[in-house]
Amino acid sequence: MSAADLLDLGLAGLVIAVAAFTIFSRSTYAAVVAFVAYGLLVSLRWVLLRAVDVALTEAAIGSGLTGVLLLGAAAKLRERAGGGDEAAHLCPPAMRPFAAVVAGLVTLGLAAAVVGLPDPAPTLAPLAAAGLPDTGLGNPVTATLIAYRATDTLLEKVVLVLALLGLWSLAAEDVWRGRPGLKQRADPDGVLAYLARRLVPVGVLIGLYVFWVGADHPGGAFQGATIVAAMWLLAMMAGLADTPPVSERGVRLVLAGGAGVFFAVGLAGLALGDAFLAYPAAHAKAIIIAIEVAMTVTVAATLAFLVAGTPERPA
Amino acid sequence: MSAIGNLVTVVLVVAGLFFFVAGTAGLLRFPDTLTRLHALTKADNLGLGLVVLGLLPQVNGVFAALKLLAIWALVLFSSAAASQLIGRAAYLARDRTP
Repeated sequence: MSAADLLDLGLAGLVIAVAAFTIFSRSTYAAVVAFVAYGLLVSLRWVLLRAVDVALTEAAIGSGLTGVLLLGAAAKLRERAGGGDEAAHLCPPAMRPFAAVVAGLVTLGLAAAVVGLPDPAPTLAPLAAAGLPDTGLGNPVTATLIAYRATDTLLEKVVLVLALLGLWSLAAEDVWRGRPGLKQRADPDGVLAYLARRLVPVGVLIGLYVFWVGADHPGGAFQGATIVAAMWLLAMMAGLADTPPVSERGVRLVLAGGAGVFFAVGLAGLALGDAFLAYPAAHAKAIIIAIEVAMTVTVAATLAFLVAGTPERPA
Repeated sequence: MSAIGNLVTVVLVVAGLFFFVAGTAGLLRFPDTLTRLHALTKADNLGLGLVVLGLLPQVNGVFAALKLLAIWALVLFSSAAASQLIGRAAYLARDRTP
């Protein structure tokens, strides 16, 4: 057995151990922290499989953003439980065996699918690579997301906006057009404000870089947008910026822009070319960049608003 | 040249890993939040720093080297700020609990 195999086995064992800790932990906070560690370990595993795009997404969305959302949920549950067993509110003890059976069946199904794959496994990778010249892109993952499977990506953007609408609909009646989240009261001369002032410009630059190199290297709109969203949240947490009211026209335009531009391009393809979302080959790269810019702005805003929470203060 | 580069890499990365192991041991064994933070910062600053320095002879081009150094600088900056925030929170909480 080679050293690489040992590393693989050790990492896989660690992933399973952290997953088990997440499930069996008595404290919701400890479970969430373990879940974040689990996501980072899984993204390390993706790097070893040379799926760097997936690793970036797992670290940014699966571990980072979901972790923050879960931490917020854990805090709300603790508030409601008044220090008791927070998990009891989420899932009554009688329900837990059913949850375990459903999750176990899904795991078995996935395992059967993986083990049952013919050898060599069927792959569309050569086709994806062969189509690259038509798109003007160099990264087959980005080409799959924006060109070959553009409809999926478009619908994904719509789902994101729907999720945000669902969150906003939970707001109380008197503040439902107001600002999300509680007013942050960080010390303007404190460490957090200093961190935000210095880190946010650098972080936004890195986010844009990750988005831009996505055309030819691992990276892309979603990963870059997550970094930009994190920087905006940092500025809001440090009190440097306030969350805008959800009724503001600019906010709505930004949130609808990604799917809107995407949809407009799709209709233009139907009118001028062969099919919905057909890009004319001569301008494919320019159109793809236009879609991705709109998408990055929208995804960054949507993710930040999802973390900021329901409107809680009047505008 | 590459033999010297490889030697530098092995020595510095092993030294960096020592600080990660020591930091992890401290995180598990030290008695309270402030001392555990103290152990953890060694892994972030020295450990990662030595690993990054050790990887420098292996990269192609100045841009990749600068990216590695930028990662170290960003981790140094954010972990210093985060440690300070956690430390202050722990310190204030210690005053409140009898």
